[in-house]
Order: sequence, then structure tokens, then C-alpha cells
Amino acid sequence: MANRTVEVELSTSGLDAQGRPQRVPLMSGDGGAPIDVMPHEAMEPELAGDHMLINIGPQHPATHGVLRLVLELDGETVVRCIPHVGYLHCGFEKIGEYRQYNQIIPWTDREDYLNSIGNNVAFALGAERLFGIEITERCTVLRVIAAELSRVISHLVWLGTTCIDIGAFTPFLWAFQERENVYNLLEGWVGARLTTSATRVGGMAADIPSGWMDGLQQFIRNFPQTLDEIDRMLTKNAIWVGRTIGLGVMSPEEAINWGLSGPMLRASGVAYDVRKDFPYLDYETYDFDVPVGTNGDVYDRFLVRMEELRQSIRILQQAADRLPDGPVNVDDARVILPPKSKATSEMESMIHHFKQVMEGPRPPAGESYVAVESPKGEKGYYMVSDGTSKPVRWRIRPPSFINLAAIPKMVEGHLLSDVIAINASIDIVMGEIDR
Amino acid sequence: MTEKFDIVTAGSAATDGVAPATQRNIPHRGGAANPSATALATRFPGSVLRTDVVWGETTVMVARADVLAIMQWLHDEPSERYDYLSDVTAVEYRDFDQPIEVVWHLRSLPFRRFLRVKTQLEKNKELEVASVWGIWKAADWMERECYDMFGIRFTGHPDLRRILMWEQYKEGYPLRKDFPLRGRFSRAEQLRQALSQNPEAKYSMEELSIADAFEDLPEEMRKRLGAGERTGE
Repeated sequence: MANRTVEVELSTSGLDAQGRPQRVPLMSGDGGAPIDVMPHEAMEPELAGDHMLINIGPQHPATHGVLRLVLELDGETVVRCIPHVGYLHCGFEKIGEYRQYNQIIPWTDREDYLNSIGNNVAFALGAERLFGIEITERCTVLRVIAAELSRVISHLVWLGTTCIDIGAFTPFLWAFQERENVYNLLEGWVGARLTTSATRVGGMAADIPSGWMDGLQQFIRNFPQTLDEIDRMLTKNAIWVGRTIGLGVMSPEEAINWGLSGPMLRASGVAYDVRKDFPYLDYETYDFDVPVGTNGDVYDRFLVRMEELRQSIRILQQAADRLPDGPVNVDDARVILPPKSKATSEMESMIHHFKQVMEGPRPPAGESYVAVESPKGEKGYYMVSDGTSKPVRWRIRPPSFINLAAIPKMVEGHLLSDVIAINASIDIVMGEIDR
Repeated sequence: MTEKFDIVTAGSAATDGVAPATQRNIPHRGGAANPSATALATRFPGSVLRTDVVWGETTVMVARADVLAIMQWLHDEPSERYDYLSDVTAVEYRDFDQPIEVVWHLRSLPFRRFLRVKTQLEKNKELEVASVWGIWKAADWMERECYDMFGIRFTGHPDLRRILMWEQYKEGYPLRKDFPLRGRFSRAEQLRQALSQNPEAKYSMEELSIADAFEDLPEEMRKRLGAGERTGE
């Protein structure tokens, strides 16, 4: 168990060595005695005790999408927070009931759009359990690579946007530059950058092209340096520490009771990681650590996510080393299309292709709930089948929706400016919240 | 300032020390049931209607009247400790005569167990079930969403109102099977209603109860509210 010591390095005027704002007495012009400033209550007595109603959003850059927060303020202190969501509601779950399983995969791109390929993997895992399919070795490792790349992208976007919210601009550029490299990798693999639709029930849309692993190895080599730079820039930065430490604290018991998951839960000291506790994709065979915070504040969430980026790189390296040869798709005529050359030359294959596309694969009646560790937390897909080619019910367990539900509790008693930092630390994606 | 920051080598939410593994070759039906299902059937003999194991996941169907007692027991009992509520949702089947099912997905982090609890709501009766908000605060928004999408009332929820749709939404409950994919109204009517809502310009009565907030509203809005217009959400 390694402990980290944070000693603030960059001292800034107005902050003491611990990064807490200092009260600097106002000096009169002649450099002599401090000006005698009257307390606010005395100057404007009619303002004392008056609560103010403040509306943030739905169109506001710091709410990370179309989130609307209605705040009751006492001075600058938040007394109550009432969040409003739903501005991006598209009815994904309803549409899924009218689509075949493979046709739902593009919808999974569009809910948590920062983790699209990770959602594809999660959905395919859920559908495969419903079909009773065991995917191939190569596909398992490829999906681990996909899921971890997706975690890197999502955490980098979180890092960059949170820096912007708190007032640091440079790490945003560094993070988005690295994110661009990952998107280039994804583009080389599946042809799309943001909306990947990379998986199919029983396999992947495409195997990786030749030379792709070199690109991945290059990313694995270079990325830790960027991460170190960001680490040097932020982790001991007095402003960063001062604006994140002690904010939005959730105790371990509260975090579990409120259903928090992912880095939010681990920052509170609960070592619950779906990859470790309910493993999938052979995650139990990878050597990686789970970072756990102790204070459950915004700063710990930052540390946890930074460490998760490093652990993702470790997993990527191991996956790249072990990637076996062999087929990507399962040999199961129920779900996998025949090869194109056969579909255009053999009658049986053509009929098979036609029926597969027009009618869709049919799982046996049953239900499955498969949860994965998405960058935001426990992402679950619950599917109920009645034996037809379309699910009766397709439910997304949205981690950011449930994490956001705790925001009224987390911001209570903090300053208005800290609401932005706390909201950023939840790492919300409105596409996933509103679905 | 010294801030401790730990790195653990294994998920240590569980204390039993048994290393979990990726499940393989799960049978469609049958297989080992979650031991909690047996314990539950022993503790509440009349209320556990049946136990299924589908794709390795244990489902316990319970009587609607005893949902709260069962959940409380699952949460509090030292040998179960279902401390984590993963999900609350509902399922309506295409067969119209089949009742609506409310589904809770529970996790016991200390024992690494996963349990699905279900109860059935007859369609021709009031769609009502006890809220588990008092046990897990996580149920707050999930139950609101379930109410919003299916019209199921969770009795005991402190703030059960629509969450994804706006309060004046008139078309019903979108995830019900009798709700058409395109909505009940024509596109023109939907557009007209959506434009006339302007939900971000509105405050709920709760929000307006904040001292003097009403006075801070724009003149035009005060006039509209004064004329008896309902507030949003």
C-alpha cells in the first residue's frame, strides 16, 4: 500500500502553503494602517438573511451539456440545489424495443458519446449472454483494448474540461492532443472516430488492420510522458489543490448508499471496481491496481482518475503483448453473417445472409444484466427477450445519472464557485443521463 | 499537508478473499442459485413466489405487499448485506395480459453477490409499489425515472415527479407498450407543445418558495404566473 504525500509546490499570492485562500487585510494608500472595513451586514442590512435564487444552465459551458441547476444561495453559500435533467431525452430505450440487437449498437455510441466503443463492448457482452455465446480469445483481448482506450479518452476529456472549469487552460490542450491520437487509432480500426459501432453480437465489425498495433505501442510509449507533465502541472499546484480539496465530500457509507460508482465511489475509499469484483473479458488475468481515495473529495477523484489512466496503460500493454491470432468472430451461424464472397456465390449462404439481415438473430427467451466498469462507473445493460429478434426491454443503467443524483447533497454548504468544481468532478455526460 | 492515497491490488470491496473470475459457458436455465434466494425463501416463506436462474443470474419474484420488508431485510441482515442498489426499472411485456414487472438489481459488495428482485403489478389495478428510497438513497432518481416512463407510483418516495419529461407532458408514459414509437400526437402538435413549454424559463413552486425569488423574476414572467399559468416541473 503506497501513500502519497502532497506538498504544494507553487505558492501563489492570496493562498497559504496549504492552498487555502488567505485573508489579506486591505491596506490604505499610504502603506500604513489597514483600512477599517465594515462587515457586510452592517453596510447593507437589508441583504442579510435574504436568500437568492440562481439558475445555471441548461446552456452553460460549465454544466458539461444541457444540465440545469437551480440554486438557493445565502450570500455565496449554496443552501439548496435542485437539478433539472431531460433536455437531451431521445428515448433510446424505447427505440431499442423496435430494433434488432445489432441495430441497437449504433444507439449505444450515442448515449455516453465519450465512451462509445466501451458502450459497444458492454452492449455486445450483454447481448451475448442473452444468446449464450462465448466469444473468441482474440475478440476478448481486442475488446479489452477497445474498452481501455475508451477509458483513456473519457478520462482525458474529463481532465481537460475540469481544468477549464477550474481555470487551468494548458492541461486541456495536452489532454485533447493525446485524445486525438486515440481517435486516430480508432479511426484506423473501425473507420469512425466518435460513433464507432465497433462490436457485433458474437464478435467485432472488423479485425485490426496490419500495423495497427505499432500505433498502439507508440501511444503506450508516449502517453505516460504527457500524463507526467499534467501530473507535474496540477497535482501539487497550489491553485488546483486549493480549488479541489475538501469539496463535495462523500463518506464511504454515503457513497454506497447513494449508488455512486466508478471513480466517484473509489475516491470515497470503497474499492469496488466491476473489473475486479464481477470480472468480465478475463480482467481477472490482467495485472492492474485499483486506486482508492481516502477523503472522497474532488481532489481525490482527480487523483483516482489520474491513476486509472496509468493503470489503463498497463492493461493496454498487457493486452497488446498477449493478443492471440485466430478468428475474431465466433463460429455461430445464428448471429454471424457468412463471408461476403460466399454470400454472392452460394445459394445457401445468400439465403442465410438474407434471413440474418431481414429477420435478425433471435435469442432464447430470458433476461440478462451485464455491468461493466465504464469510465463513469458501473454501466449496466439489462435486456429482456421474449424469443423474438427484438428485445422486449432494453435498459441502460446510466452511471452518470445516478452519480449526478447526489449533487444536491454534495454542493450543500459550499460556495457557488465550488458548485462548478463539484459538478465537474462527477464526470457527467448528458447524453447518458437523458438517453 | 499530507494526503493519503491508496492503491489496492485487488478489488477489496469484498472481504471473503475468494478470487472472482469471468463467467464462462453459462447455462440458459438452471445452475447454482444465489444462496440469498434460499435464505429469503426461508425467512419470508409466503412472499417469495418463485426463484429462477436464467443465464446464471438469480431472479426472485416476490409478493408486492412485502417488497419493503424484504428489501429492508436484504439490506440489514448481516449474512446478506445487499448494500448497493444497482438499478430500479420496470418491464412491460408485449403480451398485453402479462403484468408489468418492477425490477431491482441488488449487489452485496461484501459478499460479491448479485440478486434480481422482481414483483408484478396487475395492469387493471393501481400501479403502485413501495419505494425503497428509505433504504437506498440511490433509488431517488431511478424511481422518478421509472414513474416518468411507466407511470408506476412508488409510495413513500419523497419527491415523485417526472424527471426526463417535463411536468406538463400530456402524452402519457413513453415506455409503456401502448405508447406509439412516434408519440400520441402528430409531429406538428408535438412541436407546438414543445415550443410553448419553454421549460428552462420556469421554476417549480418549491423553487419559488425560496424567499423573495418571485420578486426577482422578470416582469413578463411574474405577469404570466400571476395570470395563473402553471409553472414548469
